[in-house]
Amino acid sequence: MYDLIIFIVLLAMGYGFGRYAEASHYKSIIKREKQLNKIPAVATRIPPLDRQDLNSQLVSGSVVISVDYFKRFVAGLRNIFGGRMIAYETLLDRARREAILRMKEEARGLNAEFVFNIKLETSSIYKGRRNSVGSVEVFAYGTALYPS
Amino acid sequence: MIVSNLEVVPGKRTTRHFGLVQGSSVRAKHVGRDIMASLKNIFGGELKGYTELLQESREEAFNRMLEQAKATGANAVLNVRFSTSSIAAGAAELFAYGTAVTLE
Repeated sequence: MYDLIIFIVLLAMGYGFGRYAEASHYKSIIKREKQLNKIPAVATRIPPLDRQDLNSQLVSGSVVISVDYFKRFVAGLRNIFGGRMIAYETLLDRARREAILRMKEEARGLNAEFVFNIKLETSSIYKGRRNSVGSVEVFAYGTALYPS
Repeated sequence: MIVSNLEVVPGKRTTRHFGLVQGSSVRAKHVGRDIMASLKNIFGGELKGYTELLQESREEAFNRMLEQAKATGANAVLNVRFSTSSIAAGAAELFAYGTAVTLE
């Protein structure tokens, strides 16, 4: 009986706090994406070779985000029926966008004009119980080109 | 020392190659941070402790790579890549590698 109460409390807390955290995170991501839009970040490997005045430097950003208890439970149910796991899709989307934003913030500090050759690396670092994904780390890096 | 994950640097020419340089670091997580992380696993959100931990150890791997590049006499490392692998429960290896070159 106690177990059931604890489970329901955790589920409710996960739902409430998790939803709030996700909504506020998305809000801040969209706001900062608008501010950083002027620095184009591309996955192209060849920089503009005719520009002699550019310096290059590696920039990077990383974030570790955890999924909440409610979403982990919902995803567990999905494992039975199959189909899209929206709970994890938003988790990864948030993590990637946040990592790119942090990388761009570092590039902005250098007064960069572009960020070239962006690479994204995702790894699950904390395996929860029953091997479900507890949290993911996304690391974004690229080369910032800034005028000297 | 110019470090870049591009194969060329605008306005510079590669005159000498020194081959691959690499650096790695294996870190285990801290118990205190682990407790915080398990709380965050209920509420969701960023695990700042883990973000910092991984950043520090990636920096260490990166610096080891730079030391190796300096030892060979290179003045730049091009085409830098990072990779992460979890080797045991609670420990992760962070690895950085690139090509050491001389630029002019």
